[in-house]
Amino acid sequence: MIIAIISLILLHYLKRPMGLIKVSPEWVRIFNGGMIAAGVLWIVIGFNIPIISDLARILSFILIGLIVYVTLKTEDLQHRKGMVYAWLPIIGVEIIQALVEIISESFYKRYETYFEAAGVFAFIWAIAMWVNNSKQRKALELEKLKAMQREKEFQITESLKTQLERQVAQRTKELTNQKNELQHALKDLQAAQNQLIHAEKMASLGELTAGIAHEIQNPLNFVNNFSDVSTELLTELKEELEAGNKEDAMEILEDVIQNLGKIHHHGKRADSIVKGMLLHSRSSTGQKELTDINALADEYLRLSYHGLRAKDKSFTADFKLEEDPSLEKMNVVPGDLGRVLLNLINNGFYAAGEKKKELAEKGNTEFLPKVTVSIKKVDSGVEIRVRDNGKGIPEDIKAKIFQPFFTTKPTGKGTGLGLSMSYDIVTKGHNGEINVISEPEEFTEFEIKIPNQ
Amino acid sequence: MKSKILIVDDEKDVELLFRQKFRKEIKSGTLELCFAFSGDEALGILDSENPPQVVYVFSDINMPGMSGLELLAKVKERFPQINVSMISAYGDSQNYEKAMNSGAKEFFTKPIDFESLKKEIGGMIKEN
Repeated sequence: MIIAIISLILLHYLKRPMGLIKVSPEWVRIFNGGMIAAGVLWIVIGFNIPIISDLARILSFILIGLIVYVTLKTEDLQHRKGMVYAWLPIIGVEIIQALVEIISESFYKRYETYFEAAGVFAFIWAIAMWVNNSKQRKALELEKLKAMQREKEFQITESLKTQLERQVAQRTKELTNQKNELQHALKDLQAAQNQLIHAEKMASLGELTAGIAHEIQNPLNFVNNFSDVSTELLTELKEELEAGNKEDAMEILEDVIQNLGKIHHHGKRADSIVKGMLLHSRSSTGQKELTDINALADEYLRLSYHGLRAKDKSFTADFKLEEDPSLEKMNVVPGDLGRVLLNLINNGFYAAGEKKKELAEKGNTEFLPKVTVSIKKVDSGVEIRVRDNGKGIPEDIKAKIFQPFFTTKPTGKGTGLGLSMSYDIVTKGHNGEINVISEPEEFTEFEIKIPNQ
Repeated sequence: MKSKILIVDDEKDVELLFRQKFRKEIKSGTLELCFAFSGDEALGILDSENPPQVVYVFSDINMPGMSGLELLAKVKERFPQINVSMISAYGDSQNYEKAMNSGAKEFFTKPIDFESLKKEIGGMIKEN
């Protein structure tokens, strides 16, 4: 009977999970079956029916034997080995006791005290084993808990890591997007800059158009007038020759020859103006060519003056070119350098014109705006000075004048690119220098130094 | 009687042109031409004779320094008896009105129509 109970207890524990170790559902089914069998055997033994109960007792021995055997031999149940060892002495004592009782009751009776003693020892053993087992189990569980903790920590670290990786990936994506956007913006800006440079060029060309028209018209008038007058002279020449006045005829001939020279001269003049205009409008190829700086300055000084004059009828100013005849042709980009001169000269006329307006408002009409361009050959190259007697540049903005988009002119009058482009052309295009000195209310002088290339 | 005319233009070749165009008149002694290449120079010439012999001034408007219109005002102020006509490439109404209001006799546009100029000068010579 005790064996059947022990079987129940063992099976009960076997199917229950120990710590984290769980037995498979198949084993649970087998153990349930075993429990039913043990229960049945317990009841049958309890009824104490002769022969059947004895048979049941033997069956219960076989059952427990099976349980012990299976538990010790099966890999999945190794964790319950300790429990089986704890119960083993009791089982052994019970079985021997029962077997002895069956075989020889008298023998059993005689040694009953020994058997009881053995039962007590087996019980003490069981308790000792149980204490030991539970200690081990606790240690094991502690270990498991630690492992679980570590696992948890690992998982947290893992999730943190993936989160971080995700964040990094997201940031990287954002940064890449930003970088792309910035590159895009930079490209747009560069395109805009090119357009602005083009617009600035076109704007200055627009300002020039009137001046150019005037400058071309003048030589063309001379060409027409001198050819007309030459025709008249030739008719007179014919008359004089017919009349036999050789002296007068010679005089007329001299005039005609002179006139043809003038026609040629003014034709050339118109030609060079058109060429200059083309140079100005053409996008700069950066091609340097031997250029007469004196002539270039003269040309742009006149173009600037007449351009402004054409735009504003009330505009009057004096201008002067101080040439240096000793200066030989220099290797420069004529269109670019012309643009610089045009810019500086236009600014000069503008500043001086503004001063005239201000003075006129105060009743002083004596002031005459003046722009002087002087060319001076130096050992290293050439120095070009563009000086106006205008309002001057206040000290606080002197540093800014070469910055792009900086302008003191009212909206629509200046792009703010003239001086910055001039600066680039002189410094980058010609390895030169551009400096400014100014006395407020007195004068402004830009000095360009261009070295021999 | 000889008429003295002053022509003011910053283009120096104007002198040559005028001398050839009025070649006959100069030769015959009815016309004397003198030239100035700026407003200041013109005033200098007028100031150099007292009373000035110049009876007619033809002036360009568009010149560096003193403009023709400024010269016109100054001549009219100092020598009201002298005729002044303007010759300008900028024949716009603004210039025209300003010139006429300041006492200009005629307003010629460039390129100069020498026929009308000759007529104007011829009329003046007859008057003298």
